Amino acid sequence: MLVANRGEIARRVFATCRELGVGTVAVHSDADAGLPFVREADVAVRLPGNAPADTYLRGDLVVAAAKSAGADAVHPGYGFLSENAAFARQVVAAGLTWVGPSPESIEQMGSKVAAKELMETAGVPLLSNLDPADVTEADLPVLVKASAGGGGRGMRVVRALADVADVVERASAEALAAFGDGTVFVESYVERGRHVEVQVVGHDGGVLVLGDRDCSVQRRHQKVVEESPAPGLTDDVRTRLHDAARAAAAAIDYRGAGTVEFLLDADGERFYFLEMNTRLQVEHPVTEAVHGVDLVELQIAVAEGRRVDGGTASVGHAIEVRLYAEDPAHDWQPQSGRLTRFDLPTGAGLRVDSGFEAGDEVSTHYDAMLAKVVAHATTRDAAARRLAGALQGAEIHGVRTNRDLLVRILRSPAFLAGELGTDFLERHDLTSDDADEDGLAQSAFAAAVHLASRAPGVQGRIPAGWRNVVSQPQCTEFEETSCDWLPTRAGFVSGDLHAELSGGHVAIATSAPDNSVVRAFTVYVDGQRVDVESSLGHVSLTRRPRFVDPADQVASGSLLAPMPGSVVRLHVEPGATVTAGDPVLVLEAMKMQHTITAPHDGTVTDLPVALGAQVAAGEVLAVVQEEKDD
Amino acid sequence: MSVVKLDQPTGRREAMLEKIAALDAEHAKAVAGGGEKYVERHHRRGKLLARERIELLVDEGSAFLELSPLAGWGSDFAVGASVVTGIGVVSGVECLVIANDPTVRGGASNPWTVKKLFRAAQIAKENRLPTINLVESGGADLPTQKEIFIPGGALFRGLTEASADRRPTVALVFGNSTAGGAYVPGMSDYVVMVKEQAKVFLGGPPLVKMATGEDSDDESLGGAEMHARTSGLADYLAVDEHDAIRIGRRIIARLNHRKPSDNAAVSVTHRSLSVTDVGYSEPDADVEGLLDLIPTDLKEPFDPREVVVRVCDGAGPGNEVAFDEFKPLYGASLVTGWARLHGRQIGILANAQGVLFSEEAQKAAQFIQLANQVDVPLLFLHNTTGYMVGADYEQGGIIKHGAMMINAVSNSTVPHLSIMMGASYGAGNYGMCGRAYDPRFLFTWPSAKSAVMGPAQLAGVLSIVARAASEAKGRPYDEEADAGMRADVEQSVEEQSLPFFLSGMVYDDGVIDPRDTRTVLGLCLSVIENAPIRGTDRFGVFRL
Repeated sequence: MLVANRGEIARRVFATCRELGVGTVAVHSDADAGLPFVREADVAVRLPGNAPADTYLRGDLVVAAAKSAGADAVHPGYGFLSENAAFARQVVAAGLTWVGPSPESIEQMGSKVAAKELMETAGVPLLSNLDPADVTEADLPVLVKASAGGGGRGMRVVRALADVADVVERASAEALAAFGDGTVFVESYVERGRHVEVQVVGHDGGVLVLGDRDCSVQRRHQKVVEESPAPGLTDDVRTRLHDAARAAAAAIDYRGAGTVEFLLDADGERFYFLEMNTRLQVEHPVTEAVHGVDLVELQIAVAEGRRVDGGTASVGHAIEVRLYAEDPAHDWQPQSGRLTRFDLPTGAGLRVDSGFEAGDEVSTHYDAMLAKVVAHATTRDAAARRLAGALQGAEIHGVRTNRDLLVRILRSPAFLAGELGTDFLERHDLTSDDADEDGLAQSAFAAAVHLASRAPGVQGRIPAGWRNVVSQPQCTEFEETSCDWLPTRAGFVSGDLHAELSGGHVAIATSAPDNSVVRAFTVYVDGQRVDVESSLGHVSLTRRPRFVDPADQVASGSLLAPMPGSVVRLHVEPGATVTAGDPVLVLEAMKMQHTITAPHDGTVTDLPVALGAQVAAGEVLAVVQEEKDD
Repeated sequence: MSVVKLDQPTGRREAMLEKIAALDAEHAKAVAGGGEKYVERHHRRGKLLARERIELLVDEGSAFLELSPLAGWGSDFAVGASVVTGIGVVSGVECLVIANDPTVRGGASNPWTVKKLFRAAQIAKENRLPTINLVESGGADLPTQKEIFIPGGALFRGLTEASADRRPTVALVFGNSTAGGAYVPGMSDYVVMVKEQAKVFLGGPPLVKMATGEDSDDESLGGAEMHARTSGLADYLAVDEHDAIRIGRRIIARLNHRKPSDNAAVSVTHRSLSVTDVGYSEPDADVEGLLDLIPTDLKEPFDPREVVVRVCDGAGPGNEVAFDEFKPLYGASLVTGWARLHGRQIGILANAQGVLFSEEAQKAAQFIQLANQVDVPLLFLHNTTGYMVGADYEQGGIIKHGAMMINAVSNSTVPHLSIMMGASYGAGNYGMCGRAYDPRFLFTWPSAKSAVMGPAQLAGVLSIVARAASEAKGRPYDEEADAGMRADVEQSVEEQSLPFFLSGMVYDDGVIDPRDTRTVLGLCLSVIENAPIRGTDRFGVFRL
């Protein structure tokens, strides 16, 4: 079995293959050469380059790889070529077994416009399409979707009539870049709708329905939290949903695992067909947990022409979260870098599907999902608790993640009450990522003490920062904060905090010694990065260099690339006058377009990058000299 | 050694804490420099204070041992003598750091400044430390120039001698460094000047005008840019004070400094302790006990073993016995023995009963020779009233025996460290390696006193001599005047034998909290390892 994919899903498919005694072949780009999925495969084939279009989207290379590695079956995973009918045909034409639905089914569902027509005929409820040109104020808000899209990519909500044309243009550009097809369509946007989907497996004997999932908690139209079964559905609605899904699959004589997605209105009464994903979903583990099935195994069974049955009863409740390398507090910016520590909890009722291990590099080339963490328990509350606790205990250093946000979601009263909707994160502002002041201060103090106490080459036995004449506190500076502290005979003091080194930890006591709370902090240092773990949560700090060589200093007003990427649009020319907020240029990174805007009124004095330039994080993109009043 | 539980008379702790509080207050005066107004003005100019420069210069988390912080105490000049000296770790190298305090009369040097700088230079020389001068001084205090000008010349000579002795010197010039002061950068191996701040010339514009009629300005005569680009006196041009310190740290990083490896009891490689590291244990008794140890009246003796057990390494692997006493049954008024401090072996001589008899003197002479035989540094813990007097003792050869001890301590070449714990009177101060015997470092506890003899004894001696003189002349002795004289003498000798006064005279390297003794000694032991440790077998003729 060759898996035409990467990361966690490749590992996931390999795991089932190993259980079935099926040999495994991985394909990988250059950037992915060191990742676990490559090591774990029996055979690995390199796809030269890094861009998806040069590697994982090159069907010809993948088929050639299968042939040369001796594979006789191809599993596409999700994303990339998984819903590419031409690729499915190539695979079949090469005499290989395609683990997925027929190319015809993929095509029928691949064009969202065509699929909707088909479903209308089959009697599946849906929202009709609008012509972008005919959208009126009354239609707002509307949703712009890429016909070839999936996984939320290329979807944008438009609330102002004036924006429609621009958004359609940009969505089309993104869709063209991402999927090779710029077709977009517009439909009414159901406010506060829920995203509910039904897992189906079509086989020779019919359509097996494996319950439903709720995937309403989303950011930027990408799912963040998924669970099964979808909570709070009446039996009637659930039955109708399942029937509609079965009808949808049956309408195209669907074979294999697929998901029929619906939009459920806020009342939980009416639902509309959104699309059918003709592949394995990212969130398939929650279904596997409650139904006790292995969906990859079922996919293989169907591909081998075997009947599948049973496993329809659901037990308990499962919740999955997608752990992303991203910064929820800053527009969900994807993060890249080396995972200096990646310790995810394991245990009963927990499942972790991840493509990374500690030491791996999270590159900018692909999706920034680090892992899927799934908890299964008898009730929804219990699953949410287990998952939140597990996430909180995770130690992930090197890149910023959405972990804290996930914990806050899982513990929020609204989530626990089942008040779900695709606008969940807009209604509930849980994204504030500022670790509370107290946690930051204590963690910075622990880091300062740890750093100062590391045995130096000389005078290693003299207490850190010792002075016989004290003139000022020691100051340890981080980019995020700074900490003033003093060494004393009885440990280190910072304000009303008191720290001591004990074992490998820093123990910090608050307030009076007779009534103090003592907490253990563990400090991890990796170059300039300092990660502090404690019961107050993970705090990531960056040491501020004490000295900067003036030659390395950056001109004030410089706009720095927030992440590596390429310049796809320049809005200004050198010498241009800009006002605060004006777009200066657009950077495309991690498949998202980021508009770099002027931080203040002024003149563009330097624009060192050209259109199409590849830039590194922190590189100067432009210099906007501030306009002085005087 | 058994650890005696201290349940001494109350009042000792209170008295000691009071003296420590007074010490803190005096240190605060030194830290305050020229006072709020001048500190504020200095900051307003965008400049850093002397100690702020030092904090930035030394490695993060490293220690700084300030030297002679009370220099000038009791004089007309500010406590600290307008300069900060000390030992800090810069780029992993123990350096002697000197920083003028420009908030005190523009950083001008007074007689105490010169004394303090000489002492700092001596420490750099004996311990082979690189020197970093953080320069910003208005030159000499003119009213006292007669005490500065002629002897002060040796400061510049010392810089070039250091250079010739392969002890690099670095000058970071932050401001004024004019006239004679221009020779500090002038004689240094490396010179960094801060742009728009450094001013280094022999004569300023008015003097030049008077001398030659030439019109000039500060920048053309001695600006940093000029020296960096034209005269070549500056090797590096720093854009600001931070940059100057950054460059200074890079200079030290490139000195290829290394400690002589064969004298390191603790072998340290790079940033991790090597396998040859001997390890060490914390002391066997709580250091806080030192506060209860020193009697308020120094006439009352205390057991110095109680100090050893609180200052030296406790028993542990590789150090099975914390203190191996030498000759414990002989000359019991002086305790001698071997111990470890931060893993480094030291020999200890500590007064136990105040008086030194012939036996103690001979025991000391022998022990000092033993330490020289095996290249082990010596620690002297002072609490002595001097050598015994009286006919029996004179006839028993106390001078001869005291001379043996002084001979041994004078000619010993292993490093000596002295701590003034209590009394240090008379020739006892000499035999125990007082200031004149050049211990590498000498620190004083707030409880100490040092003089030719005790104040009461000194006043009494004067009284007896005066009474004898008047009797010889057949005049009646004025008892009232005698009482007044005795009180006056007693009071002034008492004042002049106290730690702040003696520290003000730069007769020690600083007054320390007794609880810091272990840290201070550990730091000094690390510093002395920058020079080879070699005992001698060449003493003066021992008069037997």
